Amino acid sequence: MAIFGLWVINKAGGLVYQRNFSDGLAQLSMNEYLVMAGTLHGIHAITSRLSPTGSSSGAQVIEAETFKMTILLTATGTKFVLLTSLSDPSAESLLQKVYEIYADATMKNPFHTPEMPIRSEKFDVRIGNLLGASSSGAV
Amino acid sequence: MTSFPQAHPRLSVLSSTSHASTDNFSPSSSYSRFSLSSAPSISTAIGAGKLGSRPNIYDRSLSKTRTSDVSLSAFAFLFSEIVQYTQKRVNGINDLERRLNVLGYRIGTRVLELMIWRNESVSKAPKREIRFLPALMSIHTQVWRAVFGKPADAIEKSVENEDEYMIIDNDPPITRHISVPRDMSQLSCSSLTAGIVEAVLDGLGFPARVTAHNTPIDGFPARTTILIKLDKSVLEREEILK
Repeated sequence: MAIFGLWVINKAGGLVYQRNFSDGLAQLSMNEYLVMAGTLHGIHAITSRLSPTGSSSGAQVIEAETFKMTILLTATGTKFVLLTSLSDPSAESLLQKVYEIYADATMKNPFHTPEMPIRSEKFDVRIGNLLGASSSGAV
Repeated sequence: MTSFPQAHPRLSVLSSTSHASTDNFSPSSSYSRFSLSSAPSISTAIGAGKLGSRPNIYDRSLSKTRTSDVSLSAFAFLFSEIVQYTQKRVNGINDLERRLNVLGYRIGTRVLELMIWRNESVSKAPKREIRFLPALMSIHTQVWRAVFGKPADAIEKSVENEDEYMIIDNDPPITRHISVPRDMSQLSCSSLTAGIVEAVLDGLGFPARVTAHNTPIDGFPARTTILIKLDKSVLEREEILK
């Protein structure tokens, strides 16, 4: 039961927010995070086309041996990715709350430019309160 | 006593829009020559109130306060766009705050009119405040309740300057989702509120200069002070009325 990190990927595949919450995964450089986000964006686009039964919203959970990543795709194409331990049951509901905070603290903030890195202080604070702040590394 | 200017100079800045209907200028004979039969005519849609089941906003009762609340989210998006629009057209923070103040002023004149209108129909002895402190109290409670749905949190009087009063809101709803970047940290988007207060004071006959300032304290990071600097004439009159 641990939350490792949160990514927000814009509709073009760029990483607009990245933050770590607890140790357990290898720490990457900012450049590596950007590459990972772009790769995930591509994989997600492929998975959404693989469905044998018509249209699909793409990958929702990707599990590894030590962690899983839960992906929430919004109607506007923004993706929220939560990296948690395998046993974590609350990832989906947490992502919904992250989406809500995103809608409040970034979309209603006149000083935020859509599709650009999120530098809103209130977003940082509220995400920290929700997911438990330890080590932060906003983009 | 003091004479007040007929129209506030700032009113003329933005009030050049004309709402005159264009219907009168288009004689029916010209329709055959210039008509665009496929284009929907705006005047028929609005003028006759044929919009269907939803009542026209102008036909709604002005005295019903409970059903006239607007969504805070919708307003937050609108206000965000207003700030972005304004920011593109100004030089510097002072200019931005002044423009927001002017927009608020235009809201405030309407708020005052509406509040007096509502008061007439509700209260048995409707009253116009002529002393400053009761007027300030009514702004603190009634204007705030009409605009934000809750009274403001405190009124303070400046210790240093006797012409300065402050209305304090610990968490202004209109700036709840706004994070001002660090390089603009003096900016307070509550300048809109300051404009509302200025218009109400002006309308009641207390000319003043009203500004908004961020005054965060522990527990209330969004605490905002609306600073009222009264015109000298107001203080002189208060002295006479004592």
